[in-house]
Amino acid sequence: MAIRNPKDFWTGIIYLVFGGFAFWIARDYGMGTASRMGPGYFPTVLSSLLMLFGVIAIVRSFIVPGEPIGKFAWKAAVLVLLATLLFGFLIIRGGLIAALLALVLVSASASDKFKFDWKATLGLGLLVAFCSLVFVKGLGVPMPLLGTWFDS
Amino acid sequence: MEIAANLWLGLQTAASFVNLFYCLIGVFLGTAIGVLPGLGPVATIAMLLPVTFGLPPVSALIMLAGIYYGAQYGGSTTAILVNLPGESSSVVTALDGYQMARNGHAGKALATAAIGSFFAGTVCTLLIALFSPPLAEVALKFGPADYFSLMVLGLVASIVLAHGSLLHALGMIMFGLLLGLVGTDVSSGVARFSFDLPELADGINFVVVAMGVFGLGEIIGNLEHEEGRSVMLKKVTGLMPTRDDLKRIVGPVLRGTGLGAVLGILPGGGAMLASFSAYALEKKMARPLVPFGKGAIEGVAAPEAANNAGAQTSFIPMLTLGIPSNPVMALMIGAMIIQGIQPGPSVMTEQPALFWGLIVSMWIGNLMLLVLNLPLIGLWVKMISVPYHLLYPAIIVFCAIGVFSLANTPFDVYFMTVFGLLGYIFRKLDAEPAPLLLGFILGPMMEEFLRRALLLSKGSPLVLVTRPISATLLALSAVALIVVLTPALRKKREEAFHEEE
Repeated sequence: MAIRNPKDFWTGIIYLVFGGFAFWIARDYGMGTASRMGPGYFPTVLSSLLMLFGVIAIVRSFIVPGEPIGKFAWKAAVLVLLATLLFGFLIIRGGLIAALLALVLVSASASDKFKFDWKATLGLGLLVAFCSLVFVKGLGVPMPLLGTWFDS
Repeated sequence: MEIAANLWLGLQTAASFVNLFYCLIGVFLGTAIGVLPGLGPVATIAMLLPVTFGLPPVSALIMLAGIYYGAQYGGSTTAILVNLPGESSSVVTALDGYQMARNGHAGKALATAAIGSFFAGTVCTLLIALFSPPLAEVALKFGPADYFSLMVLGLVASIVLAHGSLLHALGMIMFGLLLGLVGTDVSSGVARFSFDLPELADGINFVVVAMGVFGLGEIIGNLEHEEGRSVMLKKVTGLMPTRDDLKRIVGPVLRGTGLGAVLGILPGGGAMLASFSAYALEKKMARPLVPFGKGAIEGVAAPEAANNAGAQTSFIPMLTLGIPSNPVMALMIGAMIIQGIQPGPSVMTEQPALFWGLIVSMWIGNLMLLVLNLPLIGLWVKMISVPYHLLYPAIIVFCAIGVFSLANTPFDVYFMTVFGLLGYIFRKLDAEPAPLLLGFILGPMMEEFLRRALLLSKGSPLVLVTRPISATLLALSAVALIVVLTPALRKKREEAFHEEE
C-alpha cells in the first residue's frame, strides 16, 4: 500500500494529532448533562469530528491519487519565523530598536535578492524612526525604545 | 419614509468631520496596502485593526469598512497594471485588464473598474439600507436553537461555496471551532486548553490567528517563488472611456452588480465567488466578437462591479444576524466585540447611529475611491514598483508591532509565529485556511447558543428540529451538503472555480 495523495495524508495526520490532543485534554473537563452542557461537551464533540475527518483523509489518501507536495521553502520559513520570535524575545529586553533591527535583518535574509547596501540601510533607518515615532510616541504603545538590558 | 429618516441619521453620523477623516484614512490605507501584491484584504485588515482600537466604535468600524473596499480596489489596480492580482477576487480582472494595459488602455481599464465598482457600491448600499431592517426584525424572533442552526447553515454554505476540497473545508472549520474554544468557559469558569498560561485564559485573539495564518503564512508562500515583477508602464494616460466604451459596459456592470449582490449575501460567497461567476456569465452572454481574454472591456467591468457588490452585500448577514459570511466579516465581528458591541439584530435598534452611519459611510467611501484613486494612480504605480524583498520585512514589522500592541505582551507575537507556520503548512497541503477563521469566530457563539437551547428544552436535542425556523435552516444545510456531494454538481462546482485557466 502506498500513499497516493501525500497532501491528503499529511493534512489527515494533522487533523488526527490535533483532534486527538484536544480530545485527550478535554477528558478532564466535565461533560455535564444534556440540559446543562459542561465545559467538556463541545470540545469532545468537535475533536471527535476532527479526528473522524482526519481518518477519512488518511484513508482517502491511499485510494484517490493526488499531486505530490511542492518543495517546502525551509529557508524562508525558518528565517521569517525566527525573525518574529526574535522580535518577541527582544522587545522588552532589548527594546524596540534592537527588536526591529533583528526582525528586519533576519527576515530580509530570507530573500535571495536581499543585499545589504546603502539603500537597505537607509530604509531600515527610516522604518525604525517611523515605528518609534508613530507607534511609541504617537499611538502610545508601551514599547521601550531601549529595553531592560540598557538599564543600569 | 422611515428609510429616508434612517439614511439622514446615517448621513449625519458619517458626514461628521471626524468620521469623514477616518473613512478617508481607511480608504487610503486600504488601497495603499491592497495594491501590494500578495497581501489580501484579510491580512490588510488584520494588520491595521490594532490601529483602530483607540477610536470610538463608529469611527473604528467606518475606517475598517473603508480599508476593506480600499483593499478590494487596490487589488484590482495591481491586477490590471502588473497581472498580479493583489487578492483572490481580482484574479479574473487580471485576465482582460492586464491585456488592456498591454494594448495601451491601462487608463481605460482602471477607469472602468472604478466606475463599475462605484455603481455597484451605490446600488448595494441602497440594498443594505432596504433589506437590513426587515431581516433584523425576523432575526429578533430567533431563539438560541435557531441561531445555532443558522450558524450551522452559515458554515455549511461556506464549505459549499468555497473552493478546494470539501473534506478539508470541514476539517478547517472543526479546527477553527476548537481553537475558538481556547480560554475560560463562560458558564463554568473552567480554563480550557490554556495549559495554565495566564495569556491564554482569555482565549486566543483572532488578530493573532489572522495575522499568522494570512499574513506570515502568505509571506513565506510568496518567498517560495520570488519573481521579479515589472510594472509595464510608468505613466497611465487616457483615463476616460469613450462613449462607445460606456455603452459596452452598461450591460456587464448591471449584470455583475445583480449577480454580485445575490452571491455576496450567501455565506462563504462574498467578493471572490461573485467576480468569478460574473466573468463566466459575461462570457456566455457576450456576442462572439467580444475578445475575452484579449483585453475586452466587458471582462473588466463585470467582475469589478460584481466583486464590489459582493463585498458590500456581505455586510448584510454580518450587520443583521451577527454572522460572518467570509473571513473579512469575521474580522469585522471580532472588531465589534473588541469595541464592546455584541453583533446581532439588536445593533440596529440599540445603536442606530452606528448602524446607519456605517451604511452611509460605505457609499461615501466608494465615492472617495472614485474621486481619489484615479488622480492618485501615479502613487499606486510607485507603490507596486517597490520590490517585494524590500517590502515584506516592513510588513512583518507592522504585523509584529500590531500583535504586540493587542495586549502588550510578547506572548502574542510568539503565538502569531506558531500560526504563521501552520498557515504555511496548510497552504502547502492545499487546505484552504479561510474556513478556519470563520469557525474560530463562530466557535464560542455556537457553543453558547447550543447550551442555551438545550437548557431551555431541558436537554432534548429535538428542539433543533421541532422549532420551525431551526428545522428549516438545518434542512437547508442538509440539502446543501447533499447537493454538493452529488458527483455531477461537484464537477460543475470545480469548473466554476477553474474559470481562470
